[in-house]
Amino acid sequence: MKQKIELLMGNEAIGQGLIEAGCQIAAAYPGTPSTEILQAVIDRRVQAAEPLHIEWSVNEKIAFEVALAASYTGKRSVAVMKQVGLNVAADPFMRTAYLGVKGGMLTIVADDPGPHSSQNEQDTRLFCLQARVPVFDPASPAEAKELVPLAFELSEKYEMNLVLRPTTRICHSRQNVAFKEPLKLERSANFEKDPTRWAATPAFLPQLHRKLNTNLEKIAAEPALQPRLSKGDSSHPRTALVASGIVYAHLVDLLEELGLRGRIDLFQVLMPYPLNPEFSKQLQQNYNRVLILEETYPLIELQLAHPGAVGKQNGAIPREGELTPDIIHQVLADFLNLPSPQQLPPPQRGQRPSLCPGCPHRAAFYSIKQCFPKGIFPSDIGCYTLGLNLGAVNTVHCMGACISKGAGFYQAYAQDGAFTTIVVTIGDSTFFHAGIPALINAVIQQARIIVVVLDNATTAMTGGQPVPHMGVAAAEKSTKAIAIEPLVRASGVDFLETCDPYDKERFERLLHEADTYIRSEQGGVAVLISRHGCTMDPAVRKAQDSFRVTINDSCVGCRKCVEAFECPALSMDNKKNIALVNQDRCIGCGTCIPVCPVNAIIKEEK
Amino acid sequence: MKQQVIVSGIGGQGVLFLTRVIAQVAVNRGMAVLTSETHGMAQRGGTVLSTIKVGDFAGPLIRAGQADLGLLLWEENLAVHQPLLKEDGKLYLNTATEGAEERINASGIARSLGNAVLANLVLLGLAVRQQVLFCTAEECETAIRQLAPQKFVEQNLEAFHKGLKK
Repeated sequence: MKQKIELLMGNEAIGQGLIEAGCQIAAAYPGTPSTEILQAVIDRRVQAAEPLHIEWSVNEKIAFEVALAASYTGKRSVAVMKQVGLNVAADPFMRTAYLGVKGGMLTIVADDPGPHSSQNEQDTRLFCLQARVPVFDPASPAEAKELVPLAFELSEKYEMNLVLRPTTRICHSRQNVAFKEPLKLERSANFEKDPTRWAATPAFLPQLHRKLNTNLEKIAAEPALQPRLSKGDSSHPRTALVASGIVYAHLVDLLEELGLRGRIDLFQVLMPYPLNPEFSKQLQQNYNRVLILEETYPLIELQLAHPGAVGKQNGAIPREGELTPDIIHQVLADFLNLPSPQQLPPPQRGQRPSLCPGCPHRAAFYSIKQCFPKGIFPSDIGCYTLGLNLGAVNTVHCMGACISKGAGFYQAYAQDGAFTTIVVTIGDSTFFHAGIPALINAVIQQARIIVVVLDNATTAMTGGQPVPHMGVAAAEKSTKAIAIEPLVRASGVDFLETCDPYDKERFERLLHEADTYIRSEQGGVAVLISRHGCTMDPAVRKAQDSFRVTINDSCVGCRKCVEAFECPALSMDNKKNIALVNQDRCIGCGTCIPVCPVNAIIKEEK
Repeated sequence: MKQQVIVSGIGGQGVLFLTRVIAQVAVNRGMAVLTSETHGMAQRGGTVLSTIKVGDFAGPLIRAGQADLGLLLWEENLAVHQPLLKEDGKLYLNTATEGAEERINASGIARSLGNAVLANLVLLGLAVRQQVLFCTAEECETAIRQLAPQKFVEQNLEAFHKGLKK
């Protein structure tokens, strides 16, 4: 039979690999660039040879723990997240290194060198060094998929959790990828109790730690994971190139273009941690100069400690940002004394992203800014970070931080006897992920802040994953809906209102009422739920009124709709000094109409 | 055969779909292909860039001055992404204005078909007509049929044909 080959995105290839490897429990929290991995498992679940539980967990720590316990029963499991998600899951992740697993367990953590869509560009491989967890660094979507079954086998051989670390350029690349028959492992859940391990007290930890160290030495020597050498032709004696991840692929293409492929010794490192000490020795004995290319931190470089190393530590390679083929070209030219590549014009920034036309967050942010021009606005991770463009977001940190930061701002001002209205904005998915403990804390510490929950009924930024209050789980499975309001009330909040931000008048009235409440004698945390579905959802657009929005002659060119409201469907005709509606992009929501001070934006029924 | 292609636009213009169509053609031919795409926040109306490398390549990204062909759906990206093209690289630009490059009002044509997003396939049609892409019109049609949602297949093909026969 002809082998099936499909064009797959790296994340889809990994998802397909999980199904083929007989993974039975898959848990994730969405986050760019990792999201499509679990989505691919959902989309391809019919291929699975055995039962497969898939969940969008409430956060990454929970996803990890669900997958972990499933592995204790002998089944194969996976937890999937982006690099900063591993920070959330750090606590169980670190202890798992000591206690180990039973059935194969993988943690797939997608890094984002650049960063393109993240709050930092931390390197999961270095995290793995600190956690003492082996980590694989694939160089292509197809290789990422091939590493999945190998990783499960080794995870079972050593009873260790292993990490697969793709980066954005693997996750969001497409390639022809070959399929395999999904494995049927025929395992029944069988948790063998062993308190000295699964509930290890400090008394048992030195011995578990010793076992971990022994395992790391053994896995470092695994034949399948040794650095792969492409021999040169001795035209560059005692010189080597060492690369891992997508950077290896960039390097191969560059060597090919420069006519250097097969001319110089080139090592691909598949498992950057733990490196085999024999590899370090080999490099020290055989090479005087070694160029080390990796993203993002110098992990291989640190372990090799080669006296002739050229890399991030000696400043030859930029220490921040993505290692693009253009940067690698310059680095290689410097290393091999090649002609320098042509100087590039400084990269230009393209169009900045904005909240979509009709986005309910825009309406909410505009009102918040109008009501409290001097307010402090902590916000959070999601589409609504783009409230920055409206001046209604002052801080963005990490999942759920906005509520605690709002409380921290309050305490710092309050002890000076000062009071500024603090309006926190948090998305619905983020609220469930990490907002609830922060809300309880703000209440018991008697912070006086307004928390606006931007409830658009989905996890919008990552493409619309389900949220706990909608009663739908992964793969459209119906489940119990956990409403936001009772959670807010149970957290001790006495001021709670809900409003569609499209209703500008009422929304602003409620914001003022919330402000009055937090300033009143009995005041505390006020919560306003801003509720309107995400307009990326065609069903939402279809269900709401739609108008043909145009601008008439009375426009005075004040730019308020274009700048303060910042709808991407509106722009300026700078010659005529009037605003224009781009009918290709306008969804006819009409939320810009009350923004115009001279009533020049008008609507006609469609 | 090796070819390096860039597709540039802003989030919401169908850059990803166009990327997939071109890559699918390569897969159907049994050729190796690699793409890279922009996902995440930039998809909210920000500049997005896809690269497509057909033939024997290891990595998906394209260095400056190496692209054979550029399909640009958003004129303002010209300054940002033109440096990726070879000196003799071909560039097709979706715009209603006049200028130096090969230009076509793909959005205008697409709008006349009822949906401005179809500009992506109008531009593809133009590139195929000029025989600057590695594949034939029939191969593109097959890929469009494979990838477009069933109810939009005919409309998608119509847009492709408008570019092909303009």
